[in-house]
Amino acid sequence: MSFIVVQAITGLASAASLFLIAVGLSIVFGVTRVVNFAHGSLYMLGAYLAFSFTAAFGDTFFGYLAAILLAAVVVGGLGAVMETSLLRRIYRAPELFQLLATFGVVLVVQDLTRMIWGADDLFAPRMPGLDGAINIFGHAVPEYDLFLIATAFVVLGGLWLLFRHTRFGVLVRAATEDREMVAALGIDQRWLFTGAFILGAALAGLGGALQIPRQAASLSMDLNIIVDAFVVVVVGGMGSIMGAFVAAVLISELLAFGVVIFPQITLVLIFAVMAVTLVLKPSGLFGRPEFTTQEDRRNPDPPLRAGDGLSRIFWWGLLVAGVAAPLVIGDFAIIVLTEIAILALFAASLHFLLWGGGLITFGHAAYFGLGAYGSGLAVFHLSLGMAPALLLAPLAGAAGALLFGWFCVRLSGIYMAMLTLAFAQIAWSAAFQWGGFTGGDNGILGVWPSDWASDPFVFYYLAFAVCAAVIWGLRHTVFSPFGYTLRATRDSALRSAAIGVDVTRHRWLAFTLAGAAAGVAGGFFAFAKGSVFPEVLFVSTSVDGLVMVLLGGVQSLAGPILGAIALTEIETELTRLTDLWQLCLGILIILLVVVLPHGLAGLSAFMRRRQP
Amino acid sequence: MLRMRIRTHITAAIAALLTLTSASIATAQDPIRIGEVNSYTGPLASFTVPYRNGWELAVEQINAKGGVLGRKLEVISRDDGAKPADAVKFAEELVRREKVDLIAGTFLSHIGLAVADFAARNKVLFVAAEPLSDAIVWAKGNDYTFRLRPSTYMQAAMLAEEAAKLPAKRWATVAPNYEYGQSAVKAFQDVLKGLRPDVEFVGQQWPALFKLDAGATVQALAQAKPDAIFNVTFSTDLAKLVREGQLRGLFKDRQVVSLLTGEPEYLDPLKGEAPEGWIVTGYPWQGIEDAAHKAFLDAYSKRFNDYPRAGSIVGYNTILTIAAMLEKAGSTDTGAMVAAMKNLELDTPFGPITYRALDHQSTMGAYVGRTAKVDGKGVMVDFRYANGADYLPDDATVRKLRPAK
Repeated sequence: MSFIVVQAITGLASAASLFLIAVGLSIVFGVTRVVNFAHGSLYMLGAYLAFSFTAAFGDTFFGYLAAILLAAVVVGGLGAVMETSLLRRIYRAPELFQLLATFGVVLVVQDLTRMIWGADDLFAPRMPGLDGAINIFGHAVPEYDLFLIATAFVVLGGLWLLFRHTRFGVLVRAATEDREMVAALGIDQRWLFTGAFILGAALAGLGGALQIPRQAASLSMDLNIIVDAFVVVVVGGMGSIMGAFVAAVLISELLAFGVVIFPQITLVLIFAVMAVTLVLKPSGLFGRPEFTTQEDRRNPDPPLRAGDGLSRIFWWGLLVAGVAAPLVIGDFAIIVLTEIAILALFAASLHFLLWGGGLITFGHAAYFGLGAYGSGLAVFHLSLGMAPALLLAPLAGAAGALLFGWFCVRLSGIYMAMLTLAFAQIAWSAAFQWGGFTGGDNGILGVWPSDWASDPFVFYYLAFAVCAAVIWGLRHTVFSPFGYTLRATRDSALRSAAIGVDVTRHRWLAFTLAGAAAGVAGGFFAFAKGSVFPEVLFVSTSVDGLVMVLLGGVQSLAGPILGAIALTEIETELTRLTDLWQLCLGILIILLVVVLPHGLAGLSAFMRRRQP
Repeated sequence: MLRMRIRTHITAAIAALLTLTSASIATAQDPIRIGEVNSYTGPLASFTVPYRNGWELAVEQINAKGGVLGRKLEVISRDDGAKPADAVKFAEELVRREKVDLIAGTFLSHIGLAVADFAARNKVLFVAAEPLSDAIVWAKGNDYTFRLRPSTYMQAAMLAEEAAKLPAKRWATVAPNYEYGQSAVKAFQDVLKGLRPDVEFVGQQWPALFKLDAGATVQALAQAKPDAIFNVTFSTDLAKLVREGQLRGLFKDRQVVSLLTGEPEYLDPLKGEAPEGWIVTGYPWQGIEDAAHKAFLDAYSKRFNDYPRAGSIVGYNTILTIAAMLEKAGSTDTGAMVAAMKNLELDTPFGPITYRALDHQSTMGAYVGRTAKVDGKGVMVDFRYANGADYLPDDATVRKLRPAK
């Protein structure tokens, strides 16, 4: 019994940390509708700054406290810089673009932090005055844990007062509810957004700073926390402060007792909670049903034309280039080109969902990875050759998409994105922790092409032919009656339903189709690399796909292909040139988002418009 | 086939052009090119940068003496960003575009395995420097891959030997839930049970890597009421475990045996909170008196104005290995180099080591000792060098573990 109480207190302390980071994310999202990937970076900066400040004047309790608060204030200031210099320019851009920009910030902050503080983990001293433990039912409980719990309640209370009893708070709540109405009432939105963002950033900084007596400041803090924070925000309901609190407690307590009962599956647990919540209550525990960002878009994209002269030249040019290039380039360039062809298909399948169906997915890696694992496991367990193993890849991708899609397509907007993420992370955890079947983190080795295709030259043409054919098939689908109907459901689900279109079924089919296409890409990826690792299922693969699509341009069918070419080339060459390649890539992404909000393909449209 | 021929012609033409401008045929003056892949950015940078310093120092020293076989050594290094797919891509690039004579490096086990598989496939020699996984030389071992660092099994066996001397009967384990943690726990259990049939394992914790929920895990470990604890967590997880465990009195009156914790990479970030009296494997650079190590320490400190980490010595030994192998092989032909790697003997700052022909594992060992605090910093004391050769299973077992292809 005493053990249960103490374990519950321990869980509550973890919940306090999780709440502080998640609530900031939730506030920022509620007001600005920006899913801020860089929130984890602000948290990490809070920890590093607090480390430096405590080293300077953290010898006493109050000095330490001041160091933590100062770190939060500085991070709030950095948030102000980020909001006014970057986000303010892109509020009108599509949601995913904002996500991409904040991802660029993640890369930049990661490298800058390494430059300033170095790569070593930095372990701060404990908080003076709270560096011991007190005895509760015969168990030692750190004093700091209790302090953390108290802090969380203070912050919760403070936010409650702020949101109930100040003008700023009331406006923030109003904007969370309906920001057009707030604007119509003559409120200066820019000030409101900046204020909310500073508040969110300062909370992230506070959350990070409060961690340093518990854990070392390290470069992996940003991505480690951000996915968990997303989960808390989604489970609690986007924009809800109480929701963030309840969800943080729920998840932390589950984990605290989970390690006692099933120590092996803690990774799956947290995402399973998110999936179950979203399936049962799509807007989260305390969230309101999705606002109207996705339904009935006011400015639907212009109708797609089946290709005028210029785009026809582009596609034929691409085909000719793809066929001819290997004749003149070196061996390694062929290997890079193979990767480009495969990733172009992956990006095209994602683009098909994003743009063709308006279905925002954060977890497209699941189907790419299932394709790769489908092929890899076929080689490993069934000793199949390359051709049959490759045939299994789209089946595996489609099967996963069919299953996950059934749940996902019932949601929309950011909730759908988060549910797809949850499923992808569940697939990743399973691949990672189910070592007996998947090889675990050591992966599946020896997935090499059959002898007839082992020459990179031959394998390239095989991959190119298949990937080009599937991309062509996706393009063809966009112009088929199915594709038109799908776009109708994207532009107005309500009106489509009114004329008798089964919206859910169309989305589900599109999801499955895209999953199969991504599976094909995954299968080829496995054979190109000779191995399959859980990384293919991880959120970073999904992000890579999104970066490619958005870099290339969402509103053009050529976008994903241009994006795949650009990203692969940039990464391959940058990493050869400099250790600071993340910094360069991040800056490049941010510049692209600000300067070229329609991606590389938008460049041609831009030029075309300029032509007389 | 036609395309192949066209391509061959074009390639030949380009090659001819290049030959005219800059003699690209290998001559005695051309350096021997070593391809190197490791995870230099991201969260692993603090481990791989000292490693890079180590191999840079060795390359400089060897080249200052005129190189090997009358040729200088040149290392072409790539950052895989801790992604196995990118590691394979850069291995391809090094072999196909940079035309390196062999490849070396890698830190994470799964990346090491991916590159090892690539090496076997492409018939390139691969000197796996840092990955610990037993699979690299055993279950997934291949003809072209040799591994330098003492493996998970070897280091776990060193600790199990010490653990067997303790009176403790009830053991709990805590290890990150991935292959490294799982095989370390298994090796430790197997060896310890072999030496001490009376021990029992009463509790296991498997936190996800770098996501240790310290308070909950420590409570759960204490709940099992073990006499002693075997720890495999490292880096940020270790720091959390140590702080939380000390606060909650987990380590009071309990022996702790901990893998790799004596390496400066993991011990130094703990600063004043470094645990005392833990039995660990590691690298007590301050205290090793051997002349060979002294020379290395002086050269390293002078060159980088920093002290070496365990990774530094691995990086240094990697290049020493390659140089010794090249001297023995007399050429950069892969067949000759692979043959030379077998039973290769060389002197290192840790003393002489041998690459076993049986399983391609080097006999480089590690230091085993206890942690202590000196001047507010964690150090290893009462340490001894455990020769890797003494902590490998017997040959018949190894043959079973390493399936012949």
